[in-house]
Amino acid sequence: MESVIRAVDDDFLALPRLALADAALSAARAAGAEYADLRVHAITTQLLHLRDGELETSVLDRQIGLAVRVIVGGTWGFASHAGLTPDVAADTARHAVGVAVTLSALNSEHIELADEPVHLDATWVSDYRIDPFSIPAADKVGVLEDYSGRLLASDGVDHVTATVHTVKEQTFYADTFGSSITQQRVRTQPVLEAVAVDADAGRFESMRTLAPPTARGWEAVVGDEVWDWTSELAEIPDLLAEKTKAPSVVAGPTDLVIDPTNLWLTIHESIGHATEYDRAIGYEAAYAGTSFATPDKLNIMRYGSPIMNVTADRTVDYGLATIGYDDDGVAAQSWDLVRDGIFVGYQLDRVFAKRLGKDRSNGCSYADSPHHVPIQRMANVSLQPGADGLSTADLISRVQNGIYVVGDKSWSIDMQRYNFQFTGQRFFRIRNGRLDGQLRDVAYQATTTDFWSSMEAVGGPSTWRLGGAFNCGKAQPGQVAAVSHGCPSALFRGVNVLNTRNEAGR
Amino acid sequence: MSIVPAQEVVDLALQIAATSGRCDETIVIVTDCADASLRWAGNSMTTNGVATSRTTAVISIVRQGDQIARVGVQSSSVVDPAALADLVAASEYAAHTAPEAGDSAPLLTGSGEPADWGDPIPDTGAAVFAELARELSVGFGRSDRLYGFAHHVVETTFLGTSTGIRRRFTQPTGSVEINAKRGGASAWAGVSTPWFAEVPVPVMLSELSMRLGWAKRTVELPAGRYETLMPPSTVADMMIYLGWSMEGRGAQEGRTALSAPGGGTRVGERLSELPLTLYSDPSARGLECAPFVHAASSSERASVFDNGMGIDRVDWIRDGTVNSLVYSRAAAAEFGTTAAVPADNLLMTGGSAGLADMVARTERGLLLTTLWYIRTVDPTTLLLTGLTRDGVYLIEDGQVTAAVNNFRFNESPLDLLRRATEAGVAEQTLPREWGDWATRAVMPTLRIPDFHMSSVSQAQ
Repeated sequence: MESVIRAVDDDFLALPRLALADAALSAARAAGAEYADLRVHAITTQLLHLRDGELETSVLDRQIGLAVRVIVGGTWGFASHAGLTPDVAADTARHAVGVAVTLSALNSEHIELADEPVHLDATWVSDYRIDPFSIPAADKVGVLEDYSGRLLASDGVDHVTATVHTVKEQTFYADTFGSSITQQRVRTQPVLEAVAVDADAGRFESMRTLAPPTARGWEAVVGDEVWDWTSELAEIPDLLAEKTKAPSVVAGPTDLVIDPTNLWLTIHESIGHATEYDRAIGYEAAYAGTSFATPDKLNIMRYGSPIMNVTADRTVDYGLATIGYDDDGVAAQSWDLVRDGIFVGYQLDRVFAKRLGKDRSNGCSYADSPHHVPIQRMANVSLQPGADGLSTADLISRVQNGIYVVGDKSWSIDMQRYNFQFTGQRFFRIRNGRLDGQLRDVAYQATTTDFWSSMEAVGGPSTWRLGGAFNCGKAQPGQVAAVSHGCPSALFRGVNVLNTRNEAGR
Repeated sequence: MSIVPAQEVVDLALQIAATSGRCDETIVIVTDCADASLRWAGNSMTTNGVATSRTTAVISIVRQGDQIARVGVQSSSVVDPAALADLVAASEYAAHTAPEAGDSAPLLTGSGEPADWGDPIPDTGAAVFAELARELSVGFGRSDRLYGFAHHVVETTFLGTSTGIRRRFTQPTGSVEINAKRGGASAWAGVSTPWFAEVPVPVMLSELSMRLGWAKRTVELPAGRYETLMPPSTVADMMIYLGWSMEGRGAQEGRTALSAPGGGTRVGERLSELPLTLYSDPSARGLECAPFVHAASSSERASVFDNGMGIDRVDWIRDGTVNSLVYSRAAAAEFGTTAAVPADNLLMTGGSAGLADMVARTERGLLLTTLWYIRTVDPTTLLLTGLTRDGVYLIEDGQVTAAVNNFRFNESPLDLLRRATEAGVAEQTLPREWGDWATRAVMPTLRIPDFHMSSVSQAQ
């Protein structure tokens, strides 16, 4: 595929960025701030949703505003506004100082930022081929009608939903250290789901496409260049028909080969969130939760088996958390979280890097809106493939009786990231090292370190895929972030499998 | 907000659309939002902020005869009035290029501005936290570690249509949550407080202290089925999920837990012999919310064609029997039923006992505090999984005697209603899991004889 060097859109560059920065930062300093940053943040989103081939939801939204963050006497203050004039920027800066002063009595921790080189007049644009917002909505709906029609044409498919969510995010950041950074990125999430209804029995079964959300443009949806839509749409009706007739799973400890299309979410919940430093020190204790991976366990605790190597990065190609610079003005990096099964790293912003005694932040600051304060958010957290080049079939061949788990569906994990439960899209029975039809009503449940310690083998680079989510939630007021997770297929021994009909008492 | 008033934006956008004449009908929804937040952890403030924002949505409709309509929706937070013409034009273009809308219906008509149309728009800011901050700082000086969040959002929505409708509503939404930790024990208290008047922080702190005291004795219990008292916050989280799963279309089409075996829906099915009534009502005292539809986009729960339609009380479950499902006017016409639109609150009634009485009448059982990370496991039964959080207590011989480890549960809200043996008095509560979206709830405590704790969670 041809790579395109892109520029930030003209309408964003036409905003009076430097005048806004001058107004906000000088007003903040004049009002007593020892530090200030300005973020002009534009988020354009389009949601298209078709039900049974008919357009049900079509919305295009553009959010834009400016945010000023200050430190006054070691206390944070934050204010934002929808207006984009220098006067508004200066007022908002004074407002932020006022917030810090008003609430300073509640603060007992002196805020300090880790050092970062100054990035003057920097620009970064993500790598995508077709700007999704350059395609008329009617053309996009046409693609979804075509895809829906292919599924609906099959016997046994009673209903189809098709959804595409596209986002363009643009930011201008400037701080009192002297950095000024302009960035633009896009992301795209296409989802089709087919439903088969057995009205007499009062049951139904669904199957969703496995195409991941990605930091690519419309090329991820139209044609087979990024994702093989032709093959997947052709195979879903048969897979769904097979699933409706599949036997219900027998609960109990089971060997699992987990496909990257499912394992990415387990990584997200049980490693990604658990290695967030703000959670580990209690910042999210009342909401998203804390973590069992507390700072006293750094470089000591065994997270999983010795073949477990997990990295964090904000640099992987087409990663949803990939960026040039974070919302603290820190350049994107990549680092280790788990090495040879040992817990060795955290995700940090500039405040937490300082608190942990690090020289530099690893660049995980992000705010999802001009009206939200930046917080430490997840980098792309990925399980590394094995060096011996095993295929998924090789992993399956090692299993006598087990299940090959494909595609994510439901997820839930406790507030210290111990106990989790996941379902999936497709569960194939493994017998004597080979796939033998599907099973239904499957969920797997485990405790994080038990699960990762039961990982006996990881697939090679050929099995590695990037999955991810648009909707990772954290913080109060709630913020959402998009993040990717790469992983190979992997083999786990003796994971507790539930039968969800039995769980419901049926 | 020192910008063009929202009311003027509604009129201006409608005028631009009328002048252009490119579409047959136009709906404009402008929402002004003021937001103040305060967050703390380990007895110190962590983040805070105030935000001022506006969303302007322009919905354009092109008609071809009575049956066919095409819709375009564009929304924006840009406040510069010079950008309005582009927003309207983009909405009109989107309508002209859209396929036919499946939910087409005639727009409702109105007779212009209500008396309060031009009234000032209420605001909020960090000042609402002044009293709270004073009382919290007392707690910060004590030995228990406090974590939590206070949030105040004041949203004023203006709806105008080219068919003469003008409606406005101010929605205040406020909440305070405090999580207290002592050693390995954790407790939670939360209140919904629309205008931040009289937040009972001292009462919350003493309640938390009492609960942390209950954890002086701890008992490890295995997974299993336990008689369980679900207090109002936990019932709210399960019933809100049920409320979100009550779309009529999905049930009619056989693809939700509200579909009946053999076809049709579960409306008319008796779930409980208890007189449980689950309803939404925009005029419910203390839980007031918008009494009219203001939908910027269509979905299975709402239609842009219904904008301005009055929202009344709807009993989704009445006296233990499934009574109603969600239908727009178009969906109601398609399925031969009446439109039913949920207000932005949820209430359930059906009992009179206080929690203390219910505890006193429990020989051995569990008392929960809140639920967390609730997700669908099996949509056919609406089986949900989740965790208990910040306090599971053991009741023995009518008294709380210890704190118990947390559990992962697998339960369906429909099955909980089917199995509940007692409902307590309905009280205003703050849902923990869904509090980001739903703070307006009145719920009873439910006694479940066999609540399914699927496994133990080590989390504290």
